[in-house]
Order: sequence, then C-alpha cells, then structure tokens
Amino acid sequence: MKPSVIVFPASNCDRDAAAALEMATGKKPRMVWHGDSELPDTDFIVLPGGFSYGDYLRAGAMAARSPIMRAVVEKARDGTPVLGICNGFQILCEAGLLPGALLRNAGLDFVCRTVALRVENSQSLFTSGFAQGQYVNFPVAHHDGNYFADAETLNRLEGEGRVAFRYVDNPNGSARDIAGVLNEAGNVLGMMPHPERAISPLLGGVDGAAFFRGLLEAA
Amino acid sequence: MKAKIHITLKPGVLDPQGKAIEGALRGLGFDTVSDVRQGKEIVLTLDETDEAAARAKAEEMCKKLLANPVMENYAIEITA
Repeated sequence: MKPSVIVFPASNCDRDAAAALEMATGKKPRMVWHGDSELPDTDFIVLPGGFSYGDYLRAGAMAARSPIMRAVVEKARDGTPVLGICNGFQILCEAGLLPGALLRNAGLDFVCRTVALRVENSQSLFTSGFAQGQYVNFPVAHHDGNYFADAETLNRLEGEGRVAFRYVDNPNGSARDIAGVLNEAGNVLGMMPHPERAISPLLGGVDGAAFFRGLLEAA
Repeated sequence: MKAKIHITLKPGVLDPQGKAIEGALRGLGFDTVSDVRQGKEIVLTLDETDEAAARAKAEEMCKKLLANPVMENYAIEITA
C-alpha cells in the first residue's frame, strides 16, 4: 500500500492518521499539502480530521475547493480508496463525493468522548477487519457531526448497504444514527469518529488498530 | 454592482443555533417569540456594471461555493 494523507491549513489529525497508517502498513505515508495540484503515486488517500480553513463558511467548504481536491476527486472517481475522518467526512460531502451534509450538533455542544458504534456493513474494503454487527469504540470530537440528507437519500443509503457505522447512542442528532457512509462504488468512506485515535491501549482503545489492519488486508 | 446574498437553512432543517437564540430571548422576557432561525449574509462588490450579469455571477458563486444546496437556500439582492 502507498498511502497518502492530505494536509489542509488547520488539519490536526493528519499526524495521528499517518501514525495509524504507518503502524498498519510499516510505511510512512506521503503527506500532501492542500495547495499542491497533483498527488504522488498513491493507492490510498486519507482526508484527516481538524478544522480546515477554520471551518469558515461551512465546515469543509473551503477545503473541498482547494487545488488538491480536484486531483482527489478524480482519483476517487477512478476507484482509488479515499477515507475521510471527521473534518475529512465534511470535506467529502462538500466535494460531492458523498451525499448529504454535516450540520451543527443537535445539542449545540462540542462532543468529545469515546462512543460505541455498530458495524453495519462489514463487506466494504474499509470495514473488512470487523464482523457484521460488531460493536467498536472510537472517539468522536466535533461540533458539526449531525449527518443530514433527505429521506430519499437516507433510504437509498440504507437500502444499498452504504451505512458503514451507526452510533449506539447518538451523540449529535445524526439522521438514523448514521456515523459513517460509503459512496455508491464503495471506495469512499466518510466517518465522524476517529479510528486513528484508538490504535493503542495507551490511547484508550485498540479498535482503530483493527480498522487500519483491515484496510491493509483488503488492499 | 453590489450583491447581498442571504443564506438560510431550508425549512425543516434543524437549526440548533436558532433554538438556542430563542431560548435566550425567552429568558430575557421576550415570551411572544417563536420560530427563530439563524442565517448569514455575504456582501460583495462585483466589477460587472449590468444588473443581470452581476446577478448571474452571484448565482454561480452560490452554486459553486457560497451555499450548500443540501441544507441551504439563498436569495440574491443586487444594488448599484
């Protein structure tokens, strides 16, 4: 695997994502600056968490229009796996690679704690490290994680098995408890919880390490 | 020309900030208030001198960046 991590101004989980990828693959990922217009030779792209461009206008809105995203969208359309975590999920929605949008948390609070998730689709290349229906614990840390889409879109996502993870106890008001969604082709996953922050007992959990090992095996 | 762009959450989209503002207004004794919704206004100047051209440009900006059609509506006001 030749992973790369896109770095935006005010990304803050880019190094966590790089550490998780390195732990799983044994290789340091390429760190790619948002202002670049070309990607290095890569077969796995991570859009990390953070507050790119200070969440100006809407979370992920400016990052989704940055030069590197044109290349990421093209790669994603060609089938390269793209994983967006937290702000990365917001960017994927803003870039049109995933349906829906992430609104302000229903309770208005910034939510920062470890949450339980149910693996709703263990067949995707991102979730093959888990069993169908397995419960995993990942931290969340966001203010705008309230997944929203119209009823027709939500029905389609559920009908096509594109809900990857669901919250056991919904922390942000997300429609139908959705924590992570796949694109139609299955090569793009956006999720609010942070698997890269759960890769060691020292960090409070290891379910994220299983997530990244699963990626390697699927690749 | 100047463009004033009003961006509002679509009806039915939960607006927790509007709800919090409503709660604060009620706390101040404004007990006749309801249905508070928060939006934003973006004001910009365009080199275009023709109203239709300015409106078309602002419209394109809304579609490409300023509004997210999944959750937001927009209205454009053009003035000299």
